[in-house]
Amino acid sequence: METVAARQRPITQAQSTDLTIDQATNQTQALVDQVRHAYVHQQPLMITGGGSKSFYGRSVEGDQLSVSDYRGIINYEPSELVITARAGTPLHIIEAVLAEEGQMLGFEPPHYTPHATLGGAIACGLSGPRRPYSGAARDFVLGVTMINGKGELLHFGGQVMKNVAGYDVSRLMCGAQGTLGVLLDISLKVIPQPASEQTRILSGNQKQIQNLLSKWGRLPLPISATLFHNDQLYVRLSGTESGTHSAALSIGGDQIIEDQLWQQAKELQHPFFTSEQTCWRLSLPPAAPEIPEYLFKNQLIEWAGAQRWLYSEADHCNIIRWAENNGGHASLIDRNTSDGYTLFHPMSTGLMALSQRIKKSFDPAGILNPGRLYPDL
Amino acid sequence: MTLSTATQRDNLLNSLLPELGQLIPAQSIITKVEQLHAYECDAFTTMRQLPLLTVLPETIEQVQHVMRCCHRLEIPVVARGAGTGLTAGSMPVEHGVLLGMSKFDQIHDIDLDNRTALIGPGVRNKAVSDAAAPHNLYFAPDPSSQLACSVGGNVAENAGGIHCLKYGLTVHNILELEFVTIEGELITLGCAALDAAGYDLTAIMTGSEGLLGILVKIRVKLLPVPASTRVMLAAFATIEDAGNAIAAVIGAGIIPAGLEMIDQTGICAIEELMHAGYPVDAAAVIICELDGSIAEVEDELSSVIRIFTDLNATDIQIAETAEESTRIWAARKAAFPALARLAPDNYIMDGTIPRRALAQVWKQINQLADQYQLQVVNVFHAGDGNMHPSILFDSSDDDQHRRAFELGTRILELCIEVGGTISGEHGIGLEKINQMCLQFSATELQQFHALKQAFDPKQLLNPGKQIPTLARCAEFNAMHVHHGEMPFPHLERF
Repeated sequence: METVAARQRPITQAQSTDLTIDQATNQTQALVDQVRHAYVHQQPLMITGGGSKSFYGRSVEGDQLSVSDYRGIINYEPSELVITARAGTPLHIIEAVLAEEGQMLGFEPPHYTPHATLGGAIACGLSGPRRPYSGAARDFVLGVTMINGKGELLHFGGQVMKNVAGYDVSRLMCGAQGTLGVLLDISLKVIPQPASEQTRILSGNQKQIQNLLSKWGRLPLPISATLFHNDQLYVRLSGTESGTHSAALSIGGDQIIEDQLWQQAKELQHPFFTSEQTCWRLSLPPAAPEIPEYLFKNQLIEWAGAQRWLYSEADHCNIIRWAENNGGHASLIDRNTSDGYTLFHPMSTGLMALSQRIKKSFDPAGILNPGRLYPDL
Repeated sequence: MTLSTATQRDNLLNSLLPELGQLIPAQSIITKVEQLHAYECDAFTTMRQLPLLTVLPETIEQVQHVMRCCHRLEIPVVARGAGTGLTAGSMPVEHGVLLGMSKFDQIHDIDLDNRTALIGPGVRNKAVSDAAAPHNLYFAPDPSSQLACSVGGNVAENAGGIHCLKYGLTVHNILELEFVTIEGELITLGCAALDAAGYDLTAIMTGSEGLLGILVKIRVKLLPVPASTRVMLAAFATIEDAGNAIAAVIGAGIIPAGLEMIDQTGICAIEELMHAGYPVDAAAVIICELDGSIAEVEDELSSVIRIFTDLNATDIQIAETAEESTRIWAARKAAFPALARLAPDNYIMDGTIPRRALAQVWKQINQLADQYQLQVVNVFHAGDGNMHPSILFDSSDDDQHRRAFELGTRILELCIEVGGTISGEHGIGLEKINQMCLQFSATELQQFHALKQAFDPKQLLNPGKQIPTLARCAEFNAMHVHHGEMPFPHLERF
C-alpha cells in the first residue's frame, strides 16, 4: 500500500526530513524491536515526540522511545478529504500542506510549541476553538498503525469515512497518551477551509451571554468559535461570504479585526494565561451554571460555555466536586517548562477497574507510558 | 431439536428460571417456542436460531439481575433492539438468553440549553427527532430504517445514514452511555460535557455489536434544523463522469448534507416502483442535498450546478418545493424495496472504498457479476465512499445461493484491495464474520479478543459474533483460495 501512497503524493510537498519508504520500514522495525525488547525485559518506556505537550499528564519514568524522526506525509488527496501521515510529522507542516489545497484540520489542534507533532496531537486528543462546532480530535481519526505493548505492529480503521469492521481502536488511541500503544501512521478526515470568516464582539454579563449562546445553539448559525472574558463575548463566524454576512446581521454586535485572538486562545497565549500559576480546565455541559465566585479568582470561557479555564485558590476537592456535580470534569494544569504536569479528574472505581483491564489488554507488562494519565494506568 | 439438546434446554431453564423470577415478572419472560420464533433472527433472515428464552426487562435493576444470573450460570446473553440489523448481529445463541430492550423506550429528558436528549436504548431513531422537532432540533444519524430501528441498535452498530459526510456517524452524535457489564455492574462512559476523563470508551462501545455490555441509557446530541435545504438530481451518461462530478464537488470545498449515486439498474427499478421522475436512460444519477442558512445554500447550489454542467451532466432537476425534495428522497430510500421486486432474494453489501477508486471498483463489480452470472445493482453513499452493491438471486436455487455469497466475498475483497473496508455501517455480526479474516491479521484479531476479554472475561456477551476466532479464520482461509492462490499473500496467515 505504501508504494501506491508514495506515488500519489505531490513532489512539491516533500520535506527534506521526510522518510523514504525504505527508511520508514527500517524505522518501524527499530521501534517495534525497541518495544518488544522492553516487553521482554519489563522495562518501562517514555514515548516522546516533539515535547510540546510534555506538561499534559503526569511524569513518566522509563527509557525514551522517540518517534520524532518517524515523519512524512504518506498520502494526501484533497478530493478524498483524508490525509495519512507519520506520527513524528510536525503539525505545522501538515497544516501548511492542507492549506495549500484550501483544507484544514477541523479540530484546530493546539501546538504549544513549533515542535508539536501529529502523533502528540492525537495521543493527547486536545482540540481548539472549533471543537463544539466541527468536532474533537477523536472525531476526525479514521485509522492508525500502532505498536501495542507486546511489540506487535497493528492496523486499525483505515482511510475511509465509514468503517465499522471491528472495535474502533483508532479513536480509543486518541487521548490515551501512548498508554495503550505507540502511534505510527495516522489517517485523519480533513475539512475545507471556510471561504469567509469574521469575528464579532458583544458585551454582557455571564448570565446574559449564556442565554444568548443557548439561544444561538438552537439556531443554524455558522458559529465556529466563542470566547468570553471580562464581560466581552467574541464570536467567530465561518462559511460562505453571504452566509457569514447574514449570520452577522442576526447575532449583532460589532465586527472586529482580530487575527490573533483565536490563535492565542488555542495556544493558551491569551493574556489571561500569562500567569505562572497552575490553571484549571473545567469541561462542562455548555449551559452548566455559573461557577460560584468562591471557587475562582479569574476565568475565561470557551466552547459556548463547555470549556472554562480558572485560576483559583480554592480547595482542589471543591472544584472537582463542583465540576462533577454539574455534569463535567476538571483537570489541573501546570505549564512550567521544566517540570510541568497535569492532574486529571478522578474516575469512578468501576470505570478505573475497567480502564486498567483495557490497559492490560494492550500493554500486559505495563511498559507504555505507565502512570502518564493516572497512577494506576 | 434432538433429545439431548431438549434435555439440556430443560436443565438450563430449570436452573435459570427460578433465579430470574426473583426480580423479573413472569410476563416479561418468554419461554414458549412458538413465541420465541419472533426473536429468531434480525433483518438478515437467512440466519435463524431460537434462544433458550427471551427476557424483556423494564428497569436497569432488572437488566443487572439478568446479567448477574447469566454470569453466575455462564449462560450467553444476546441483546436486541428493534431487530432491523442486516448482519445477524442480534441473532440468538442456542441455549442463550435473548435480552430484548424494547421496553427501554422512554425519552427521559430533552435539554434545550445543552441540545441533548437522554433516552433509553429502545427509543426509535425517528422518535428522537420527532420529540425534538418542536424545538427546531433533531438527531442527525438517519439510517434508512430510522422509522423502526432503535438508538441502542444505532450505537451497537455505529449506524450511519445518508447525512454522514456532513454530520457524522452515531459515534459523533452521542455524549454519554450508561451500560451494564456482564457481571451486572452499572458503568457510565462519557458525560454531558464534550469530553470525559480517561480513555474514550464511548468510542469503543459504539459499534461493539453487543459484545462488551448492555446499554441502558444514552445521551445524544441534538442539532439545529437547517434553515434551508435544497435537493437536486443530476444524470450522467457514464459512471466515470458521475465519479468525477462527485470528486469535483468535494474538491470545491463543498460538503453536501447528502450525496448519493445510483446505477442504471437501480434507477429503473426505483422508477418502476416509485414513478419519481428518475431518468431511466442515464448510466448513473447523483442526488445532492445542500443545507445550511438560506444564503449559504444558494451560494453552494449555484456552484454545484456549475460543476455538474461542466462535467457533462445530461440532465439536472432541482427540487423547487418540499414535496419535490421528498419525492426524490423517498424514491432513493425505497431502493431496497424496489430491488426486492427484481428477484426473490437480495444480498446487500456494505463495503466502503476511497472515492477515487469508485469507477474502477464499479467496473470490476460488473465484471465479477458477469462471471458469477448474477445481477448486481449499485446504490452508493457516494459522499463517504460507502457502497451498497446488491446481489440479486434466488435462494431456493442452491447453486445461485452459493454463487451469490461467493460473489459477495469477492466484492468485499475488492474493497479491501483498494484500501477500503468490508463494512461501512451495517456491521459484521455473523454475516461478514469470515471476511474479517481477510481484513485483519491474526495479531489484530487477537488484540480485539483481548479487548473483549477486558469487558467480558467469560465470553458470554453475544459470543461468536463480530470478531472471528483464529481457528475459524484458519478454516475459512483454507477454503477460500481463488485463482489458485491465497488472497493477500503478504498477510500473516493462521
